[in-house]
Amino acid sequence: MASHYEAPIRKPLVTGNKSYHDVTVDVVTPVEGKANKSWWIVFSIALAAFSWGIGCIIYTVSTGIGTWGLNKTVGWAWDITNFVWWVGIGHAGTLISAVLLLFRQKWRMGINRSAEAMTIFSVIQAGLFPIIHMGRPWLAYWVVPIPNQFGSLWVNFNSPLLWDVFAISTYLSVSLVFWWTGLLPDFAMIRDRAITPFNKKIYGILSFGWSGRAKDWQRFEEVSLVLAGLATPLVLSVHTIVSFDFATSVIPGWHTTIFPPYFVAGAVFSGFAMVNTLLIIMRKVSNLEDYITLQHIELMNIVIMITGSIVGVAYITELFIAWYSGVEYEQYAFLNRATGPYWWAYWAMMTCNVFSPQFMWFPKLRRSIMFSFIISIVVNIGMWFERFVIIVTSLHRDYLPSSWTMFSPTFVDIGIFIGTIGFFFVLFLLYARTFPVIAQAEVKSILKSSGANFKKLRAEHGDDAKHYGEEVEFSTKNKNN
Amino acid sequence: MSSNKKYWKSVEELDENSSIVKTLQQNEFVEEIPVDKFLGDKETLETSSTSRRDFLKYVGFTTAAASLAACEGPIKKSIPYVVLPDEIIPGIANYYATTIADGFDFANILVKTREGRPIKIERNRLEQSVGSVNARVHASVLSLYDINRLESPLIDNKPSSWGEFDSALESKLNALKNEKVVLLTQTFASPSTSKLIKEFTKKYPNVRHVIYDTVSSSEALDAFQSKYGVRALADFDFSKAEVIVSVGADFLGDWQGGGFDSSYAKGRIPNQGKMSQHFQFEANMTLSGANSDKRIPATPSQQKQVLKALTGGTTSGLPASIVAAISKAKAALSKAGDKGVIITGLPDFTAQTSALSYNESVSSVVMNTEKPKMIRKGNSRAVLNVLNEVVDGTVKGLISVGVDPVYSFPNNVAFTEAYSRLELSASFSFKKDATASLSQLVAATPHYLESWGDTQLKKGTFGLTQPTIKPLFDTRQFQESLLKLLGSDKSYYDYIKETWKKSILGSTSWNNALHDGVFVSDIELENEEFSTGSDFSSKNQSFDTKVVQGGLELTLYTKISMGDGQQANNPWLQELPDPITRTTWDNYLTVSAADALEMGLENKNVANGGLNGSYVNIKVGEATIENIPVIIQPGQAKGSVGLALGYGKTASIQFEMQTGVNAYHVYNNFSSIQNVIIEKTSGEHEFACVQLHNTMMGRDIIRETSLEVFNTKEASNWNPVPVVSKDHEEISVNDPGADLWTSFDRSIGPHFNLSIDLNACTGCGACVIACHSENNVPVVGKKEVRRSRDMHWLRIDRYYSSEDTFESDLNKKENANGLFGETGVKSTLISMEDASASPEVAFQPVMCQHCNHAPCETVCPVAATSHGRQGQNQMAYNRCVGTRYCANNCPYKVRRFNWFLYSENEEFDYHMNNDLGRMVLNPDVVVRSRGVMEKCSMCIQMTQKTILDAKNEGRAIKDGEFKTACSAACESGAMVFGDVNDHESEVNKLSKNNRMYHLLEAVGTKPNVFYQVKVRNSKEV
Repeated sequence: MASHYEAPIRKPLVTGNKSYHDVTVDVVTPVEGKANKSWWIVFSIALAAFSWGIGCIIYTVSTGIGTWGLNKTVGWAWDITNFVWWVGIGHAGTLISAVLLLFRQKWRMGINRSAEAMTIFSVIQAGLFPIIHMGRPWLAYWVVPIPNQFGSLWVNFNSPLLWDVFAISTYLSVSLVFWWTGLLPDFAMIRDRAITPFNKKIYGILSFGWSGRAKDWQRFEEVSLVLAGLATPLVLSVHTIVSFDFATSVIPGWHTTIFPPYFVAGAVFSGFAMVNTLLIIMRKVSNLEDYITLQHIELMNIVIMITGSIVGVAYITELFIAWYSGVEYEQYAFLNRATGPYWWAYWAMMTCNVFSPQFMWFPKLRRSIMFSFIISIVVNIGMWFERFVIIVTSLHRDYLPSSWTMFSPTFVDIGIFIGTIGFFFVLFLLYARTFPVIAQAEVKSILKSSGANFKKLRAEHGDDAKHYGEEVEFSTKNKNN
Repeated sequence: MSSNKKYWKSVEELDENSSIVKTLQQNEFVEEIPVDKFLGDKETLETSSTSRRDFLKYVGFTTAAASLAACEGPIKKSIPYVVLPDEIIPGIANYYATTIADGFDFANILVKTREGRPIKIERNRLEQSVGSVNARVHASVLSLYDINRLESPLIDNKPSSWGEFDSALESKLNALKNEKVVLLTQTFASPSTSKLIKEFTKKYPNVRHVIYDTVSSSEALDAFQSKYGVRALADFDFSKAEVIVSVGADFLGDWQGGGFDSSYAKGRIPNQGKMSQHFQFEANMTLSGANSDKRIPATPSQQKQVLKALTGGTTSGLPASIVAAISKAKAALSKAGDKGVIITGLPDFTAQTSALSYNESVSSVVMNTEKPKMIRKGNSRAVLNVLNEVVDGTVKGLISVGVDPVYSFPNNVAFTEAYSRLELSASFSFKKDATASLSQLVAATPHYLESWGDTQLKKGTFGLTQPTIKPLFDTRQFQESLLKLLGSDKSYYDYIKETWKKSILGSTSWNNALHDGVFVSDIELENEEFSTGSDFSSKNQSFDTKVVQGGLELTLYTKISMGDGQQANNPWLQELPDPITRTTWDNYLTVSAADALEMGLENKNVANGGLNGSYVNIKVGEATIENIPVIIQPGQAKGSVGLALGYGKTASIQFEMQTGVNAYHVYNNFSSIQNVIIEKTSGEHEFACVQLHNTMMGRDIIRETSLEVFNTKEASNWNPVPVVSKDHEEISVNDPGADLWTSFDRSIGPHFNLSIDLNACTGCGACVIACHSENNVPVVGKKEVRRSRDMHWLRIDRYYSSEDTFESDLNKKENANGLFGETGVKSTLISMEDASASPEVAFQPVMCQHCNHAPCETVCPVAATSHGRQGQNQMAYNRCVGTRYCANNCPYKVRRFNWFLYSENEEFDYHMNNDLGRMVLNPDVVVRSRGVMEKCSMCIQMTQKTILDAKNEGRAIKDGEFKTACSAACESGAMVFGDVNDHESEVNKLSKNNRMYHLLEAVGTKPNVFYQVKVRNSKEV
């Protein structure tokens, strides 16, 4: 055996010598245990923010959109900025769970559950805005092509806003189904461990009667693949369609063919940043460092770096095309972005989105958890500003200078935005306490990917070591804990 | 209060122990209900077809029905006509010709009434009608429904009856038989009223009649009177002018009663290579200056010298730029000969006389002294005498009619005090204004739309005023009161009729004259006599040209919105943007940029775009006005400032409309020119401007060319159609190859187009108010306007050049080189954001352009906005969910969103929040609810009416029948509306005119509104 070539071993995706049972226990602990003080504190803050947001929404709906800072020239500002921002954040979940599944990137398994949860929760936030930004939100159902008694009235299929309705609702439903499918074996695991009849009943319902038979698993795999296939085009289509809201318009700064790829890259960029933000906290709070490892963070940082650079190229391309087009309105729109009254928003966007991810070229920085966390926040701020810059600075000075004006948010604008952040965290925190936050069934499939423990056994006990015996002992030990 | 009364139901109750009563008290039902029998009979129950299910259905239905019946719909109390008046057909408007003569505005008009309510003012389209139907006249219909109106006469501030009022006034007048009493009235220009007042002063010889024009034209009247013997104002027909030189006369504004727009505009449209040339020397930036070909900023004292120089005097001491302009103007004038005219607005007898003399000397065809305007009569010295005599106590009684001296007299502290000490103070007033609230006797007068009257607007042109609605309140005309005092039991209607039959009508029938509302005759009426004699050389006739140390020259002016301030409680006018500053709800001191810099005065935009300005205190002699906000006005002559009269009213003015400062405080000697000392104070004023960016940024928005280029070059030079590149070939944006969309079939039925001639548009704003009135456009208030949420469907954009001319703007932009650096695009564009100190000005009315390829239509998710068969871009309000996407995607930014509920909402306490004010609403146009988008509809209710009328009558529609509110209101003829499918129509011809262009044509929206290139006559002689 002395001279055979030993291939380099991939780094293990799960650290800490976890046995199957360890995984189960680690995942189920937050669900079965009691919430600690810090969870309650964070939850209370999120709930307070959420309530404040609800108050602001009620005020808006009962009084009028006039409670916001909008005006005759700037008809959209924080509302659609927030909408696009939240939709963008949602993208990482689908990308991680669907695209990486198809590409057989097994490292996704540690993070896909939470990333998808994030997707769904942020799409819920996003979906709020198109409804409440309407002057008459109680008629929001009119944007859905349902048979009606208004005569021959139908929706306008030319309108990108209508495409949004389809895109967002499709996205939400496919993501939800995909997420839930993945959850089935894990819910079943919690159900099987549940002690109280109530929990057993609830998780029994949630797991749709998962029995763990081979047929179940086979169908599970098939459905996962089919859904991944369905969801993958959505990763591209949803934000492409969102970008059509702007790209198909005639407003300088909006009317840009580069928008679809630019928006998709930006969405993945902000989504990964948000995943980083959430998981860096969660791995610490829920003791999941072995599952969400430094390697995950590093890989996500690389994605952030790449997409950030794509976005940067897009920004510069826009500037170039504005100049190259020779259209004075276009030229002024971009000059105004960079040097006009909202220059600070533009440069905040540039700094956060283009410059800050470049630090990730340094391995030391991208492996620093603290640094990754800070950058992830910075990127999300930058991406919010990107949408603000696109929407507000294009509108506030368009064709006729006589209509030029400025936008300034009111407390209601701010309140609703904070409210959605609160709502998002309320959902996420509840999720973290009731759902299996790691796709444990899948993670168990990659526990032995490296075989390092067998090598370790051999090193300790020689070639004749009883592997199964060690295993048994190993799990018994753990059980006693 | 509980009652102890007991009602007996039968005699049986008298017997306390009656068993029948007791049984009845205990049993609700007289006979026992056979429940047992019914339920016990199993057989019946079983055979019954009513199942348990049916039973529940019945119970459910009855419960639901009972509870629904308990719900009551809102009760609307309406009383039907017992006998329907012949002329009123519900849904059909009636029009009445009448005349407004409120002392400031005089015009022949048409009043549209619906179901007996006046709802809109229109121009009287008869050729002989005169007067300016300006924004204020259009808005006057809303003043009829002012909730702050007087509802009955007052005696000592208590509501009273007319009988008591008459006897109180008569006894007071009789008690003062031997004392001086003054009857201070507005200019009525009314033959009947003059006659009546003469009869009155005959009966009470101690009463002196003094006419007081709140905004004085006294010097011009004096000059005219001394020259031509009639106290009147020369009339001008600017359509005949080749050269107009105006020295401080805002003749497109309110100069000498206004009303010159239409003749001016006629001369401004290039016809066979010719148009008038207009020089304007002025201090404030006025509408006239903005429309001129050459505007030269000059302070009032300089203007005086300019006028002298123009009429042969010296130019020494004037700056070189003015001297150069004078020589150009002189050369042009001498070339024009009798087609030249000089006019002046200086409150100076000599200046006025020299202008008249010049025009006479060249026998100018522009000036008409044969048929002068009779709409101003006031004499400053006579009024000043009244003021002094009231203050020193020699006058014991003052009866004011249609004027508000306590508000509008200068030095009014002393006057106010003296006024309240008068033995007789009576006020004939529409409102409890400053004077009325201090008067012992207040006679509530009706609105002119509720009154009878006659007016001689111009010598030989008479107008009749007829009521269009029964007086809403217990009001009575001044003239009726005079008739009562004279002991006559005649009504004023009979009195007018008699006067007219006797001395005006001749052979024409009264009914015809009343139908037309205007009557022309060569009759000479006896002139009114004035007690002031003919001494025209007194000191008061001129203003002081010596500027006080450290002071500036103030020119007081009137705004097209507020005028002399009579309609200060009219929210339409408060919200009408000033055509020059585009500011609403305020008056302010206009200061030149250079002076502002010196005094440290600032204008700046805050985070939401709103404009803020510094405050100053001004001092004129002893009078001071504190906290006047400052606007830095491009084009304001250095060393001069401007301030609008008519603001700062508080009596009977709703709190929201108590705007601005009262500039009458410094209207010393009723002269519009004053010397002021200005000092900066702390704080910042929040303005409500509808336009925050003032320059055109060198963009192709208002196309402009010079007359020379227009005459000598092909249209493609000065009116090029934008081109795009397709397959490496340049094609016109109107080429089908550049078109993404399929067009609608336009061959059947009318296709509406609106042409706007930028040469004819003076920016007067009448169309804006007409649009408000026709389309129930809400008033949103100062706070909302400041937040850029004005609701105007039609706005008149005003642009300043950032260099001296718009042409040099274009050149500067063209010559920008590279991105950075001094001549780079960046610094060029940024420098173009600021207006020049002496800019050229251009106006452009913008409303929905009704694009044939409308960007708004494609983006609405619910198809609430869609294209009409007749070319309109239509808006279905009840389908709109309010995404505002359409407004964002509109390149013209003409869509307006209902941010709040603007009707029946305490937060927006304007006319749509009270029953009286809502009477002005046009029943043909829906009042929009909160959360929907609205915009110009091209007055589809009017065009549809025209089509249906023609259909009913079975005839083709004539050109000129189709109108929109704005095109109908446009006196200058700048807006022409019609059917382009009618090949004979004017609008069809205009659409083929070589000056025609579309706004932002390169965007490819294919609008149905088009503009005519502005031509400036900058040629030098």
